[in-house]
Amino acid sequence: MAAERTWKLHMGPHHPSTHGVLRIELELEGEKVLKATPIIGQLHRGIEKIAEDFTFHQAIPLTDRLDYTAASLNNLGYVLAVEKLLGIEVPKRAQYLRVIISELSRIMGHHLWIGSAALDLGAMTVVFYTFADREIIMECIEEASGGRLTPTYMRIGGVSKDVNEKFIEKVKYFVDMFPEKIDGYETLLTDNIIWRQRNEDLAVISYDEAINLGLTGAVGRASGVNYDVRKAFPYSSYEDFDFEVPVGSKGDAFDRYMCRMEEFRQSVRIIKQAIENLPDGPVMADIPYLNPPQEKVRTDIDALIRRFKFVLEGFHAPKGEVYQSVEGSKGELGFYLYSDGGSKPYRCKIKSPCYIHVSALPAMVEGYMLSDIITAIGGLDIVLGEIDR
Amino acid sequence: MAKAKDIIKLIQKKHKKAVIEAEEFRGDPIVKVKKEKLIEVCEFLVKEKKLAYNLLVDVTAVDFLPYKRTPRFDIVYVLVSVDNEHRLILKTEVDEGEKVPSVYHIWKSANFPERETYDMFGIEFEGHPDLRRLLMWPGYEHYPLRKDFPTKGYDFDKKWDPEQIKDNVLKY
Repeated sequence: MAAERTWKLHMGPHHPSTHGVLRIELELEGEKVLKATPIIGQLHRGIEKIAEDFTFHQAIPLTDRLDYTAASLNNLGYVLAVEKLLGIEVPKRAQYLRVIISELSRIMGHHLWIGSAALDLGAMTVVFYTFADREIIMECIEEASGGRLTPTYMRIGGVSKDVNEKFIEKVKYFVDMFPEKIDGYETLLTDNIIWRQRNEDLAVISYDEAINLGLTGAVGRASGVNYDVRKAFPYSSYEDFDFEVPVGSKGDAFDRYMCRMEEFRQSVRIIKQAIENLPDGPVMADIPYLNPPQEKVRTDIDALIRRFKFVLEGFHAPKGEVYQSVEGSKGELGFYLYSDGGSKPYRCKIKSPCYIHVSALPAMVEGYMLSDIITAIGGLDIVLGEIDR
Repeated sequence: MAKAKDIIKLIQKKHKKAVIEAEEFRGDPIVKVKKEKLIEVCEFLVKEKKLAYNLLVDVTAVDFLPYKRTPRFDIVYVLVSVDNEHRLILKTEVDEGEKVPSVYHIWKSANFPERETYDMFGIEFEGHPDLRRLLMWPGYEHYPLRKDFPTKGYDFDKKWDPEQIKDNVLKY
């Protein structure tokens, strides 16, 4: 009897290949997956609720803890949303610095993805190389902000402080050295027969399905959805840079891998252009209700009072609602802010790409083998900090 | 990229009775429609070639309890047209205890966001295939993102008793 032979298996939450505390309830027939139900919420910290009690400025460090593999991108999304709500312009130098830091973060996020996804499939070598290179980026970010994993570099109206020569040198060194390293990763995986056999024709999602399921980022682009927030709704001077958006055709796990490998190269291209054309000028918008620059505070009593007011009371945002998204390292990362005219966000909703991707997991893995789930999760590149928020 | 005003005009023209209010804020069109006409408007937004909102980005709610507003909640849908590259914030109103029609059959990406809205605000979506708790555990009584829920939570200082949720864990 067929009914007697179906199994129920709980995969996770402490399974290393679920990249966090994701639990998947599986219904199996032998090794074939009949039904998969992702169960999330074990890392739920209520960031949206906490943000409602914080002023707009205080909520920035919370966003670092969403996608901790590429923290600066989350900062950028949040501060852009607040800036859109306030309707302010950011100086060009700050915009370029934001682009550099966020593209470095994107590479960091992809480093962690490729390292762990390959490790899940038994290719242990890749993770050593990627983490060695990730260290160089972390040094760059440390030079700029002082933090490594959760830098909180972005501020409402600009960035926290200007960068020094050492940072520019380090980034230039990284940009020159890194393209060769990407080729190195590719020699380890792209023509690796095990990697190809396990990734090709797996977790296939068609174009229409991908849009309907709401897949964005590299996962959506692998299915042919040519949607990149940087191109569709340019923010932070992305229209100044020359870069391409890689689009796949088959929509399988291998296409997702290839898309992300190309994104590595495009990110390096953007950083190269930004660091060479880095304009001079201030890194903070000089707006009366925002935080004044550090040098001014030390010499000017007005600026000191402004900082006091900014820290203690915050500023009152105009009444209204905005939705602002950035291209995160996983997909479209959006912030919906509703302001009732107070100094705190009345409602702050975080649209996380991984959250939508994990809801599409059943559509990807049903009908495949149990071991293919690990490959599918690896290809999705999920981070549970962002899913559960 | 179509202008926000044109988008609002087009929706108002076709669904005059459905639209409660429409405005443009910071370049994005924001349209509020009646709950009864929601599905009709959504289907129009997908099918109309000039709009073609084929990507549902997010579904969420806003609680207006401190303002003592009836209906109490706003449901917010963020829509993006991948081909035409424009955005829309679609809203509808719902009171406590009322049900909203689910848009799952139009956009499958509404699955988790609608479940989360139910989980966090207690708003039920009619026609959703799997409306259960998502981020909180099954059997949890409160709705955390409502404005009458304290940030530190209820019973935060009480000792946790595993027996209390034992039955609910087995329900999975």
